[in-house]
Amino acid sequence: MKSVISSLSQKLRSGEITSRQLTEKYIAEVRAQNPAINAYVHYTFEEAMKNAEYADGLIAEGKGTPLTGIPLTLKDNIATDGLLTTCCSKILSGFKPYYDATVWSKLKAQGAVLLGKTNMDEFAMGSTSESSCYGAPLNPVDKTRVTGGSSGGVAAAVCADIAAYGLGSDTGGSIRQPASFCGIVGFKPSYGAVSRYGLIAYGSSLDQIGPMTKSVTDAAIVYDAIRGVDRADGTSCSTPAGKTPLKGDVKGLKIGVADGYFDGIPAEIRNAIEDMLAAYVRAGAEIVRVSMPALKIALPVYYIIACAEASSNLGRYDGIRYGYRASGYTGVDEMITKTRTEGFGKEVKKRIMLGTYVLSSGYFDAYYKKACLIRKTVEAQLSEAFKKCDVLFAPTAPVTAFAVGYSGGNSVETYLSDVCTVPVNIAGLPAISIPCGSDKNGLPIGMQIIGKKFDDARVLDTAYFAEINNLSQTAEVEGGVKL
Amino acid sequence: MKYRLVSGLETHVELATATKIFCGCTTAFGGSPNTHCCPVCTGQPGALPVLNKKVVEYAIRAGLATHCSINTTTHLDRKNYCYPDLPKAYQISQFDKPLCEHGYVELESGKRIGITRIHIEEDAGKLVHESGYTYIDYNRGGVPLIEIVSEPDISSPEEAKEYVEKLQLIMRYIGVSDCKMQEGSMRCDVNISVMPEGATEFGTRTEIKNMNSISYIEKAMAYEYERQIEVIESGGQIVQATLRYDERTGETSVMRTKEDAQDYRYFPEPDILTVVIPEEKVEEIRKSLPELPTDKLKRYINDLKINAATAKLLYKYKRVCDFAERAIALGAGVKNTVNLIVGTLYSKLETEEDKEKFALPITAESMAELVKLVDGGKVNITLAQKTLALMAEEGKPVSAYIKPEDMAGMDDGELTDVCRKAVEENPAAVQDFKNGKEKAIFALYGYVKKATQGKADIKKADEIIRKLINR
Repeated sequence: MKSVISSLSQKLRSGEITSRQLTEKYIAEVRAQNPAINAYVHYTFEEAMKNAEYADGLIAEGKGTPLTGIPLTLKDNIATDGLLTTCCSKILSGFKPYYDATVWSKLKAQGAVLLGKTNMDEFAMGSTSESSCYGAPLNPVDKTRVTGGSSGGVAAAVCADIAAYGLGSDTGGSIRQPASFCGIVGFKPSYGAVSRYGLIAYGSSLDQIGPMTKSVTDAAIVYDAIRGVDRADGTSCSTPAGKTPLKGDVKGLKIGVADGYFDGIPAEIRNAIEDMLAAYVRAGAEIVRVSMPALKIALPVYYIIACAEASSNLGRYDGIRYGYRASGYTGVDEMITKTRTEGFGKEVKKRIMLGTYVLSSGYFDAYYKKACLIRKTVEAQLSEAFKKCDVLFAPTAPVTAFAVGYSGGNSVETYLSDVCTVPVNIAGLPAISIPCGSDKNGLPIGMQIIGKKFDDARVLDTAYFAEINNLSQTAEVEGGVKL
Repeated sequence: MKYRLVSGLETHVELATATKIFCGCTTAFGGSPNTHCCPVCTGQPGALPVLNKKVVEYAIRAGLATHCSINTTTHLDRKNYCYPDLPKAYQISQFDKPLCEHGYVELESGKRIGITRIHIEEDAGKLVHESGYTYIDYNRGGVPLIEIVSEPDISSPEEAKEYVEKLQLIMRYIGVSDCKMQEGSMRCDVNISVMPEGATEFGTRTEIKNMNSISYIEKAMAYEYERQIEVIESGGQIVQATLRYDERTGETSVMRTKEDAQDYRYFPEPDILTVVIPEEKVEEIRKSLPELPTDKLKRYINDLKINAATAKLLYKYKRVCDFAERAIALGAGVKNTVNLIVGTLYSKLETEEDKEKFALPITAESMAELVKLVDGGKVNITLAQKTLALMAEEGKPVSAYIKPEDMAGMDDGELTDVCRKAVEENPAAVQDFKNGKEKAIFALYGYVKKATQGKADIKKADEIIRKLINR
């Protein structure tokens, strides 16, 4: 893995290239590559050139940061002032917020360059990005395969080098799983480490913004730029000052391995992770067996809580204030009903109905309340495990990228593919997915490193070991901006 | 058969914080539509609520002032329902863990109306219907409210009136709300049922929504009481329902029945962390509370020996009381102070609101100065009233109106001399008075007034004259 950001940043600072020139290069490549992979759904090239001009000014004044002048993409559920933000849903078609998400205002102030908004599952509900109203993005590694989801567009754009990095969001694995499918790095920080202000909510108690990059170094740089307490998000927390230190030192590191994470995992994936583990052990890390029986029930808990919160969060889309409004109605009730009927896609409707059901009086105790109780059990078992180890290693997904169209007829199997990623969201933990070899079809496999709550630095540093020891290679495809 | 009325009130009170409950927008009343708004209070996608600490503090004040216990660990909940004035399609409120519980409000009779709970929540926007269209004004959206839920302890429209007035008074006293029903900063939902005298089980209740005047509350309750009795007497059954009250016809009508009651799907608000209030904070707020109106009234009557009628005219207006108490602390006599306030200053404070604000340009210091002159017999009450009226208008000190020579020498001895002269020089009037013609004494008052250029205290002169004539 090579740090795209460091290398570009060095070129910008040395004057080898200006941000405007770099941005033009990226724009040209986006135009050339995007039609084949459908990663971007809204281009923001005008904004990009403005950002680049500002960045060149900052660099000239010596005020640049590692991210100044470097082009990125944002998932389409991150609010950008005056720029389309649609969650890839018809119901938000044409929606341009008049405010920036905190993450984007932080990056913009540093002179980051926004190339566009990327494809995703509608309202981040899905594991393949196929529920997007703009059609699915395709996996640059193999265009007959999905990118994973829901941050599939970001994963595809970063993989194809038509964005230096991107920000995705992760509610049940939506950063890590597409990172795994596309052979890149995806980091989901601890819940609260990065402000959610401006992230259009799916499951509020689970959602977290994080970086998707070509290296662990890049993930740490981006993470450092966006983290910290935000007055606009009451659930955000302060994080340690200064840069996240990356040393890659794993001597004496206790790596937890839980059976629950490996049950039913195909041999190819299991072997890839065991090989990686062995390399860590050779460098002085120690393997600790831990038991977390509740992991298996984390999946239904996740679907109940996420859908319950979503059913409430999505109630605001009524056609009154913003986004899509149906035509041909006689009263306000009909307007709202028609707008939602036409505006929401099938998967979103399914989850709204499920969420509404589990919150309804008469069912609340049996579903939502019980799910909250089990959530506490999952949290408790994870924190018990972390008394014995520093990090947990696990597969990111029990599968590699599905064939396009496959999950439509296999929705339960698709839901089940989130089994390795959701416990992390349920407990609000930090976790990273790094590339870990590939399967017999040449499709990337992802490995997850999970840390204690707010031990984000340890997660990044543990992953950094794989980076500096060439244990992990990000996918490389033709085209895009090459260094 | 005789029927008892059983009623409990749910009272919404807008808190007087400067900013809204979850964002920094102003709570000011009025303003052009949709100008006091931001992404948060219009429910824009991605915007998040951040709890205003002042709201929690104000609600705790309200709770302590109504003798509630405070839940120091509490959380907010989402109440989901779809209506155009509610931009998120859920109201952030409190469901199973209200901030305050188990309090009461004491009526003048000594009867206590129990307070079940007080919780915090956000107000919705307002729909404006105009020429066949409906417009939405979100200025009020996100204004902080407390909902005060009473026990079903109210047994007459009169008690309801007194309860609401007491609540208003308490909330104003502690400075958490202006409780203006006409501006909507206080609104009541009235739950009401009837039961035969002697019965032990409550009847089926109805709820009259959104009452915005005390007199309508009384009228609506009286109407609903009669209506329910009539239904029962004619062999019918009360249907649990939400009603609206028509102010023009004075009747209630059904908005919705229990069958189409909404399922609000309450669940804990994930965007706001559990609220933990340190015990010390609660104590700090408790200490900062002013003397409460009921306590003040009792003290005025029992300790300050103010007569009950006057005390009742005073205690409702905290600023007036503060003014009076300050003057008294500076040495002014209680009786003359309060009499001058209700006699003279109140004529300049005609409305409730005037008294509430007490914005006269007079200081407690100059009030004390004047009252002390009256107390010492240097200035008679008539002159004091005239002077006070001017002081309250012009804001100048006593010395601007009463010169030292005006009050010098008018001691009891001098007054006796003047009275003696009056008796000597008006034998006819004296004779008439002796013969039982009570009014004849006015001629003697007139003489004294003239001779002293109005400085004399006629009450005192009256005493002296009577003694001299010795009728």
